[in-house]
Amino acid sequence: LHCVSVLLTPRAVNVDLQTDAMLQVDISDALSERDKVKFTVHTKSTLPNFKQNEFSVVRQHEEFIWLHDSFVENEEYAGYIIPPAPPRPDFDASREKLQKLGEGEGSMTKEEFTKMKQELEAEYLAIFKKTVAMHEVFLCRVAAHPVLRKDLNFHVFLEYNQDLSVRGKNKKEKLEDFFKNVVKSADGVLVAGVKDVDDFFEHEKTFLLEYHNRVKDASAKSDRMIRSHKNAADDINRIASSLYTLGTQDSTDLCKYEQMLSLDFTRSCLHKIEARIAADEDLKLADLLKYYLRESQAAKDLLYRRSRALVDYENANKALDKARAKNRDVLQAETSQQLCCHKFEKISESAKQELIDFKTRRVAAFRKNLVELAELELKHAKGNLQLLQGCLGILKGNT
Amino acid sequence: MADTARDAPPEQTDFHELEDGEELFPEPATTQESQPASLAAEDISTNSNGPKQDSLFDDDPEDLFAEATEEVSLDSPERDVLLSDGPSPAITPITPPTSVITPRIGHTHDDMFTHSSFDEIEEEEGGDSFDIHISVSDPEKVGDGMNAYMAYKVTTKTSMSLFKRSEFAVKRRFSDFLGLHSKLASKYLHIGYIVPPAPEKSIVGMTKVKVGKEDQSSNEFVEKRRSALERYLMRTVKHPILLKDPDVLQFLESSELPRAVSTQALSSAGLLRMVNKAADAVNKMTIKMNESDAWFEEKQQHFENLDVQLRKLHTSVESLVCHRKELSVNTAQFAKSAAMLGNSEDHTALSRALSQLAEVEEKIDQLHQDQANADFYLFSELLGDYVRLLTAVKGVFDHRMKTWQKWQDSQMLLQKKREAEAKLQFTNKPDKLQQAKDEIKELEGKVQQGERDFEQISKTIRKEVSRFEKERVKDFKTIIIKYLESLVQTQQQVNKNISYIFHYN
Repeated sequence: LHCVSVLLTPRAVNVDLQTDAMLQVDISDALSERDKVKFTVHTKSTLPNFKQNEFSVVRQHEEFIWLHDSFVENEEYAGYIIPPAPPRPDFDASREKLQKLGEGEGSMTKEEFTKMKQELEAEYLAIFKKTVAMHEVFLCRVAAHPVLRKDLNFHVFLEYNQDLSVRGKNKKEKLEDFFKNVVKSADGVLVAGVKDVDDFFEHEKTFLLEYHNRVKDASAKSDRMIRSHKNAADDINRIASSLYTLGTQDSTDLCKYEQMLSLDFTRSCLHKIEARIAADEDLKLADLLKYYLRESQAAKDLLYRRSRALVDYENANKALDKARAKNRDVLQAETSQQLCCHKFEKISESAKQELIDFKTRRVAAFRKNLVELAELELKHAKGNLQLLQGCLGILKGNT
Repeated sequence: MADTARDAPPEQTDFHELEDGEELFPEPATTQESQPASLAAEDISTNSNGPKQDSLFDDDPEDLFAEATEEVSLDSPERDVLLSDGPSPAITPITPPTSVITPRIGHTHDDMFTHSSFDEIEEEEGGDSFDIHISVSDPEKVGDGMNAYMAYKVTTKTSMSLFKRSEFAVKRRFSDFLGLHSKLASKYLHIGYIVPPAPEKSIVGMTKVKVGKEDQSSNEFVEKRRSALERYLMRTVKHPILLKDPDVLQFLESSELPRAVSTQALSSAGLLRMVNKAADAVNKMTIKMNESDAWFEEKQQHFENLDVQLRKLHTSVESLVCHRKELSVNTAQFAKSAAMLGNSEDHTALSRALSQLAEVEEKIDQLHQDQANADFYLFSELLGDYVRLLTAVKGVFDHRMKTWQKWQDSQMLLQKKREAEAKLQFTNKPDKLQQAKDEIKELEGKVQQGERDFEQISKTIRKEVSRFEKERVKDFKTIIIKYLESLVQTQQQVNKNISYIFHYN
């Protein structure tokens, strides 16, 4: 699965011979049931705390979300970019199409039905593969992170072979989340206004803000572009069906020709071309953009946490000054101030490294995908040209 | 009673109502056009037993051209005068024509008309090879405001002796084309010829142009119409009979043309036509014909099916064109967005790569645009033409039914008169008896005429259908090839662009 290797470029890490044991995680299997997907998470590790060196468990999407949220809520990890949670598997659209096809089976020829079924199944499979990849990427990112990989919840997630009983959030909890987000964004605006003394972070803040917005835009537009390709492909299918029907009903002169048009020209040639382009773009562009949209958000969240800590630190300083002036609760204020200072400096230090790593990862991922996209497009362009010329030959020979 | 002598050249160029005491027009039917009000008078044909509002069944439902009934009169001496300045109707040996048409520059889609041949016409009226090429160009807005109109230049290049010169041009406006169709329809549809329908009116489209809106959509509209008018003329002249019609010749050649006012949508004549059409539709449903010829039944069914399928296909193709246009817009937008993203990235190599991606996407966008246009003009327009043509085809079958009905009605009336005459034999009313005998004589002639008409129209339709099918096959094959060739071209250009970006990295 492409995405995985792309997003994990090796980075300069202090090799800690003690703790840098091997930890390899992947999703070896996945099963799609009616309304849920079951992922088989497979781990290979030399870490001492695991009972075995190799083991597997079955996890569902909610459990991944639980793990992600536990990272976010952990104060210790405030200074890291938390790997973005994988998106929920969404087969609704695909299932609906398959259902509609089943209902309309009587109204089309057997050949048409088989063809359409094949296409829809391929679509379903593609979505399935994608969701597996997204979930795998998340786990691998965690496993590659020097600190997160040691997280207890993570180990439980990997090893505990029973259901984690992580029920979905109920209404009350969802409401709480909603309020938290509102407060956070309001807060974020306030905090963002605070100019940073540190040039590096000031630059990063400006950059990330702009970058995030532009990635969002590019992602939306690439989705629209791919959608148009798919629409065109659907039209081509309909044209093929019409031509085929014409071919079965028409006078002998055009009969065979129309059937040929339907199969050789429309389905095998036009549709293939359209579908190929859509698939290429989908694979190399859409997913990449979506992922970096989420990760740039995670980076922004990190900056926010740091700013928050800075504000807390500054407030603690002010409180300490006040306390000293009044000569009251000085010790308390000093402790508090020291804590804030420590927290802030810890976050700043790790944040710097995280952001540098983020950039490295990002550049590598984009470069790799763009090159691969160009290679794919070139390969398919040559193939498409051959298809068209072949088709032209067949039709001309038949005239 | 087969009138074999008359059968020799079955393709007549002009017909007139033969009414007692009525003046036979020495001119072709043009004069009828300029008297819209008098159409009402011409509708009354006393010797027609068919439905009173026996207007012609028109090809295009939106085409408001219903003309008065014109009976086929093949004994008119004026016929010889009205036959164009072509050779005499005697059968002359035919040399199969070679198509010597130079493809027009810049209008690749018209090449579909270069492949026509005349070998299917058995009784040829002349040895002229089919060599005529018509182009409609230079749309020019004339006048201002709501009275403004578009004038088109109609250029004819030909080596046929039918024409006075080998190359000539005239200025025509849209209503002139409609007027031409109207005349041809009134002369030929009811005797079984498939008269190509004129392009459709478009109030919205024209209003935009009149108001002076100079945007892309009104330019597209004008181009679409120009192209449609050109195809219309070429189809018309490809028909061996229509080509020789004096109205067609006049349309192509004469610098001045009387305005066809009765083509206006909301004229009184127009409204009258609509009423006629409605009545006609009702009558059509009540005719129950004893089809003795399976060929006709089969063909009618075939055309019904074809109509359904072509309309479906047309819809899908139009949808594809729409989505391709959308795609081109979306690709352009994505390209811009990717360029912006590239600008954000302060890592130079990546930024360069992203900008190049944006560039390539933009070039591809342009190609998509061109491709969308190519799709549109070639395939979609052709399908639209054929959907309309099929209405004309179906109309011709309906006329055959009406002809049959007329014949049957005459027969029934004759029967009645005979019975009446028989009764009169026993009364002492010599004048009445004589009158009855006269009427019977007249009716017998009518019945014979009716039968001849029916046979004639049946024969004509067979030929027309065969011709139509041949043309259809040719047109479709040519269009598909043209489309594929343009796709190949597009793909080659795309490939060039992609390898260009590839080299950079």
